Amino acid sequence: MTVKVQQADFNAPEEVGAMYHRCENPGAVVTFTGLVRGIEERGKLEALVLEHYPGMTERQLEVVETEARKRWALQDCLIIHRYGTLKPKEQIVLVACISTHRADAFEAASFLMDWLKTEAPFWKKEIYGDGTSWVEAKDSDKEKAKRWET
Amino acid sequence: MKLFYFAWVRERIGKSEETLALPETLKTVSDLITFLSEKDEGYFEAFKDQKRLRAAIDQTFVPLDHTLTGATEVAFFPPVTGG
Repeated sequence: MTVKVQQADFNAPEEVGAMYHRCENPGAVVTFTGLVRGIEERGKLEALVLEHYPGMTERQLEVVETEARKRWALQDCLIIHRYGTLKPKEQIVLVACISTHRADAFEAASFLMDWLKTEAPFWKKEIYGDGTSWVEAKDSDKEKAKRWET
Repeated sequence: MKLFYFAWVRERIGKSEETLALPETLKTVSDLITFLSEKDEGYFEAFKDQKRLRAAIDQTFVPLDHTLTGATEVAFFPPVTGG
């Protein structure tokens, strides 16, 4: 189980490859990468600035990884979330789940992303040519997270 | 008490953190919000719309009516937008 909160970019194949080679019996690897969208309703984005709550961020990510491992049979799990100033098409977040059979990896990865959207203490500010705008939490993300409630 | 502010809460208040001596009369997070709102215009603007405000005590999310007993660190921020 690995959680990293960092400014630096990551190399998904390297990180995930190193991880599954260390697993006892990996049969399925599901990897999700979240990118900075360059075009939003308001127009073309110049940059996205992410801030987070040091200390709480790592703890929350560890809590959700532990929960994923309780609910699904995972060989291992990785979350990398960046912060700082990112440009369009840059990577923001990596979620990778390794399991013996694919259903666990698919579902756990989906759960982790839905949960991250509603429980991870990051805040995003969009920088446009003509001003800035704080991203607002979406009700649709809350709805998606609800389907995982036990 | 150590206080942390994030995102537009931080922008409106004009600082990301501070340490304040709090009066004994403050019992809940809501009481603290009322107390801080009276400090100046920036604080007032930051806290005026409580529907868009969230809090954490000692790095755990809490509802705004949560007790302050035992708290060493309180943070205020908008609903999160991670992922």
